[in-house]
Amino acid sequence: MANGYTGKFLEVNLSKGQVSDTTFSENILKQCVGGRGLAAKILWDRLGKKWQRIDPLGPKNLLLALTGPVTGYLVGTRICVSGKSPSSNGIVGSTTSGEFPMELKCSGYDGVIVSGRAEKPVYLFITDNKAEIRDASKLWGLGGKDTIKAVNNEITSELGKTDRCFGEWKEPGMIYIGPAGEKMVRSAAVMQKLSHAAGYGGYGAVMGSKKLKAIVAKGTQPLPEIADPTGMQQLLTKFIESSIANDSMRRWGTGAGGFATGAGTSSEPQKNWQEEYHHALSFSVVNFETKTWVKRYWSDCGCAMSCMKLATVRDGPLSGAITDNPDYELQAYCGTNLGIYEPEGNVYVSSVVDDLGLCGINSVNTMGFAAELYQRGILTKDDFGFEPKWGDPIAMGKLAEIIARRKKIGKILAEGTYRAAIELGKVKKMDLTKYVVQVKGIGVGGHSPRSGLGFITPIGYPCSTQGGDHTSPATPFPGGEIGSTVGDSLVFCTASLGWRYDPALLWPFYKAVTGWDLNDQAWFDQIGRRIIMIQRAALLLGGPDIAWDPAKDDDNPARFYEPLPSGPRKGSSVDKAKFIEMRAKYYADMGWDQKGIPKSEELKRLGLRDVDRVLQKALRQA
Amino acid sequence: MSQPSVVTKVWVARDFAKCSGCRLCEVACTLKHEGRIWPESSMVRVFMPFPGLEVPHLCTQCSNYPCVNACPTKALSVDEKTGAVQVSQPKCTACGVCTNACPGHIPHLHPDRKRIVICDLCGGDPECSKMCTKLGYDCLTTVPRGQVITYDTYAVRPKDIAKNLATLFFGEEGKKVI
Repeated sequence: MANGYTGKFLEVNLSKGQVSDTTFSENILKQCVGGRGLAAKILWDRLGKKWQRIDPLGPKNLLLALTGPVTGYLVGTRICVSGKSPSSNGIVGSTTSGEFPMELKCSGYDGVIVSGRAEKPVYLFITDNKAEIRDASKLWGLGGKDTIKAVNNEITSELGKTDRCFGEWKEPGMIYIGPAGEKMVRSAAVMQKLSHAAGYGGYGAVMGSKKLKAIVAKGTQPLPEIADPTGMQQLLTKFIESSIANDSMRRWGTGAGGFATGAGTSSEPQKNWQEEYHHALSFSVVNFETKTWVKRYWSDCGCAMSCMKLATVRDGPLSGAITDNPDYELQAYCGTNLGIYEPEGNVYVSSVVDDLGLCGINSVNTMGFAAELYQRGILTKDDFGFEPKWGDPIAMGKLAEIIARRKKIGKILAEGTYRAAIELGKVKKMDLTKYVVQVKGIGVGGHSPRSGLGFITPIGYPCSTQGGDHTSPATPFPGGEIGSTVGDSLVFCTASLGWRYDPALLWPFYKAVTGWDLNDQAWFDQIGRRIIMIQRAALLLGGPDIAWDPAKDDDNPARFYEPLPSGPRKGSSVDKAKFIEMRAKYYADMGWDQKGIPKSEELKRLGLRDVDRVLQKALRQA
Repeated sequence: MSQPSVVTKVWVARDFAKCSGCRLCEVACTLKHEGRIWPESSMVRVFMPFPGLEVPHLCTQCSNYPCVNACPTKALSVDEKTGAVQVSQPKCTACGVCTNACPGHIPHLHPDRKRIVICDLCGGDPECSKMCTKLGYDCLTTVPRGQVITYDTYAVRPKDIAKNLATLFFGEEGKKVI
């Protein structure tokens, strides 16, 4: 048994109603590790040859929820959700933090692999080396908060009746979908707790397509044996101390960014990215802190950073909103990008979006797009049933609602920003793609390269295998996108580490847990590069509804080439010629040919001959 | 001439509204008592009836020790030095009588199903509150223990505390969440 792993993965076939255990060899675990890396391996092995024909929302797709070897031991417990993405048709590794991964590992499983499709709504309950598929008809249709309440009550009262009923039963951990996932909204998130979304990739829709409302785990076992408990404990202390030393993240989380990114770096979305500068003091963190925060230090399992804050709106027309206080991304998307510059409105829209199980970035990217079409008169009040005016939180909440429930124009918007633009463009007989701020089906994170002052470079989104995902941007080498595969595959929270790991601590920690040697060189030359290659291949194969053309689609949204209209960086935009140059260099550094397709010799060097064969047949000949 | 040592009893004070939910108290507790991370075996367990409403649940050392008095096998006793309840492993049959005797249902079955788990105060220097203090969350802190009966009132079920926190944090809306 490999140290740090339980050694078992749960295989669930919903079409047959069967659950069984499966394992991976020590060699596979060494090479693919866990989370995003193992997801890429599983998806390619099982679906690679027929990738283009796999409907992400059909029964043949897989829904993966995978921990990694350090999950539970290293600060900040996360799980990586993956599958064929209904947003990009590629593979996205989307992580969410919370107690579920800990409960899963303590149940004796490193991950869950779900295939098929249930006839009726179901949920999966996992406890101590067993699992069962259960009826979820009472849960279907419920929002996030009601789902949590219902599942907690059902599981704790059931466990309380077992013969092991001595004492109180701690609540289970769970990942679940809201109404948006049930309706297969292509940007729907897999949710954990209130606002902890595995959003990028749209895997909530995959769960919905399988009629899988939730995966619930309650484990009473210890975390698996590790190679060097004393060494692990000493290193854990160092990680904890490093979190404690990060005053800014502890004090504000990323929530100081709602003001600072706009005012300081002119790279925060305003009204669907029409502007990126603001100086709205009403939106500064001191106002969130004194208006909406009800818990200052809030953590997930194992986290010493506590970048989260718990928030509510106590009075006024928006009262009753409860959710995580918006982090920077949700301040940007559920706030300024909708023209909202008040904490209460921002918390309100976030709470509505979270409860519906939409992605606070991607779904709201679509909302911004729709509101701009309304601003321009391309869509009207009749399309919505109300007026989605910038800065109106109630109207924006309604917009979220019609998308999640596929009502009115929401039917089309539920297909995601890019697909909606194509569809609406046909109806309106005009090119609406100039208003979409996305890359390969995935709305960009709340960061732009336009001002030149943000952290995203011009190749950040265009060359990423995860499209607009700001947590996995391409960066000029050394490093590239490969760095983001570390946290997503060992599966820990990079935010808990202040966004960058110290190799002198991380790899010894990995060794203390697993007993295996690993280092940056092996990761960046082999393991991580292999993950990116598989993801790139899957993304380029795409299908069945859309296949991406690198010449056209490895590019920034049109809006990033428009000059910034306001602020100290007025007039600044992405320089196309410079971007093309950077892209060519990135392709070469990544081992991709001039068209952006992974080269044969590089794939062979990495032991990915099967990937090479499929690409040869599908792309290079074409 | 040696002086008799003065023993100061300690209490793990709990400021529930400040619990971050990090559960590093469980990690610290089980690394000490089990030599590994094992949340369900922890003498302190953090409940979460609703996200944001986290409640650390651990023995408060009641003045009248209802659990000790209720034990049918005399497996429970009080440590004179610390006041902590001691569980005698061979005598404990894991019957659960102590759990029901506790107003807060705090004693719980060890996942190995062989014995009951009750906080032993780590011999007077509790790891959970040391961790919480180090983290700056100050939900659990080690304080000198006085003579008041007030300590007894902290033997409360986690859901009851969480319901209080829900209203404290969320107002009227909080009544709906649990």
